[in-house]
Amino acid sequence: MTKVLMSGNDAVVEGAIRAGVDCYFGYPITPQNEIIAGMAARLLPLGRVFLQSESELAAISMVHGAAAAGKRAMTTSSSPGVSLMQEGISYLAGSRLPAVIVNIQRGGPGLGNIAPAQGDYFQATRGGGNGDYRTIVLAPDSAQEMLDFTFQAFDLADQYRSPVIVLSDGRLGQMMEPVELRDPPARKRVKKPWALTGAKDRDAFFVCSLRLPVPELAEHNRVLDKVFREIERREPRAEAYRTDDARLVFTGYGACARLCREAVDLLRDEGLKAGLLRPITLWPFPHKKLLASLKKAKTLVVIELSYGQMLDDVRLAVEGRVPIEFLGYAGGEAPSIKELVALGRKLLKKSSRKKASKGKRR
Amino acid sequence: MIATEKKVFTRSPVLTPKITHYCPGCGHGVVHRLVAEAIEHYGIRERTVCVAPVGCSVLIYKYIDVDMSEAAHGRAPAVATGIKRARPNLFVMTYQGDGDLAAIGTAEIIHAANRGENISVIFVNNAVYGMTGGQMAPTTILGQKTTTTPTGRSANEGPPIKVCEMLSTMDAPSYIARVTVDKPAAVRKAKRAIITAFGRQLDNKGFSLVEILSPCPTYWRLPPVKAVKRIEEWMVHTFPLGVYKDKEAANADNKQS
Ligand SMILES: Cc1ncc(C[n+]2csc(CCOP(=O)(O)OP(=O)(O)O)c2C)c(N)n1
Ligand code: SF4
Ligand SMILES: [Mg+2]
Repeated sequence: MTKVLMSGNDAVVEGAIRAGVDCYFGYPITPQNEIIAGMAARLLPLGRVFLQSESELAAISMVHGAAAAGKRAMTTSSSPGVSLMQEGISYLAGSRLPAVIVNIQRGGPGLGNIAPAQGDYFQATRGGGNGDYRTIVLAPDSAQEMLDFTFQAFDLADQYRSPVIVLSDGRLGQMMEPVELRDPPARKRVKKPWALTGAKDRDAFFVCSLRLPVPELAEHNRVLDKVFREIERREPRAEAYRTDDARLVFTGYGACARLCREAVDLLRDEGLKAGLLRPITLWPFPHKKLLASLKKAKTLVVIELSYGQMLDDVRLAVEGRVPIEFLGYAGGEAPSIKELVALGRKLLKKSSRKKASKGKRR
Repeated sequence: MIATEKKVFTRSPVLTPKITHYCPGCGHGVVHRLVAEAIEHYGIRERTVCVAPVGCSVLIYKYIDVDMSEAAHGRAPAVATGIKRARPNLFVMTYQGDGDLAAIGTAEIIHAANRGENISVIFVNNAVYGMTGGQMAPTTILGQKTTTTPTGRSANEGPPIKVCEMLSTMDAPSYIARVTVDKPAAVRKAKRAIITAFGRQLDNKGFSLVEILSPCPTYWRLPPVKAVKRIEEWMVHTFPLGVYKDKEAANADNKQS
């Protein structure tokens, strides 16, 4: 199949069109402006819905309306805009409406800057808005995955009747790479018998998160929790790269995983046993897959473009089984591959020295 | 001889036969009936979607028998935009209070109106936040006492927002009117305005809004009869009744001259 050179942001547009997005609503913000422009250029000629909203609050509410009407709806933004969308995401979750939200993360807090960062991990994986809910979070690490995951996010959203977040960053969004224009593996299209289409030959529906009587909301929360548990069972995804015999395992998602992969190859060239475990779903976090990658590991190194957010999930997964080292950057800075290699070398030598000295004492 | 009975009133089938939770003398119930009758008038119940607000009328879904969506506080015009754009054949309306529409949802209503979004908005102005217990609304009248303006609204808060006046400065809206429900004649007039507004959407003429001055006896701290009288004595001076924008009438005038 032919490959086309395109940016991650353009790949999001391609993935959404291929997934059959019916309605897009968005508000401009760097570094995701190529997506909103791309959506306008592609959707309008197809006779599908594109509308630039007055704010991210409005954009996510428009998505809510289109989703309630049973259509495939999405929005995209970057960190400060996604903060404004938290209200709507909570309402989507409470109303059990499928929708796709792409976050091309930038530096924060506040206005921060427009450089790539990973400071929105907590917001994305902990629900982000008010109330007891989670959203599936997919973390691409290439332009190809920007296409594939955007496409797959629609299927996941429909299947679980839940908002799904694609958590990327400005580096992946702006970077040009060869992308195969393909439909990635799709799930069965689900019917939406709950959609608001007018109460013809049926009772009227009320699509809502509101449940004033305590037993009704308690039951609703139980139903939601069941869905979240099912997602936790069925949907964790991760990529294990050269981890089988690895004595040192890096873990990082998105742009960080790319850096780690290169560092792993360079360390292997030196005969050092390094590997990478890349979480693909950040929620549900791939606990088991992470543990499985640590069979031979003496050290786990967490790399993030933040001062430690995914680190919490890693600690929860590892529960003290191996020592964890952390390297974090923020504000648009990132580690160099050289730095990762040097860190890997140091840690691998330290752990083998420890082993040697243990041997001596015995 | 007993005269044969003449039926003078029937409950619209679009209205559910439930007892509302609204306080005695509240305007929401009357407005609900008018909305239901206007839906019945056009025979569009089976293709209507109403977006409920956050406010006392959040429970409107119990009383009007059409498909409904929730919206976050103030966001009803954006949710309605999403529904209407997704399914243009549906009749899409919002029902909003004055806190919902003119404070937290100001951006959403202005931009929906400015786009000429083909939706219909029922705007119930009772000059107070009913649901949260009688705080100042953006429409609270100067001097009016609320829990958050204990000595009366003053320069500290600024004067009330006049939504019809504001929105009628825009080019796109098709029909904008302010009515009330304080007397039978006014109720009939309000119904005609709602029917006109709904008709605009059905004719694809774009955005329409009917503001209804509505009593909130509970948080005006008045018995129902006095509360209703206050509309004429007091509210209409700040919020004059009338049609603020009517593009169709303007078009007809232009053709004649
Ligand atoms: C984001 C948010 N802020 C505040 C509230 C609390 N709240 C609920 S209803 C309401 C005011 C409603 O007043 P209005 O729109 O005038 O409707 P009324 O009850 O008077 O009909 C407020 C502030 C909320 N539900 N959500
Ligand atoms: S508080 Fe006011 S607006 Fe709310 S139901 Fe009672 S009278 Fe009506
Ligand atoms: Mg009010």
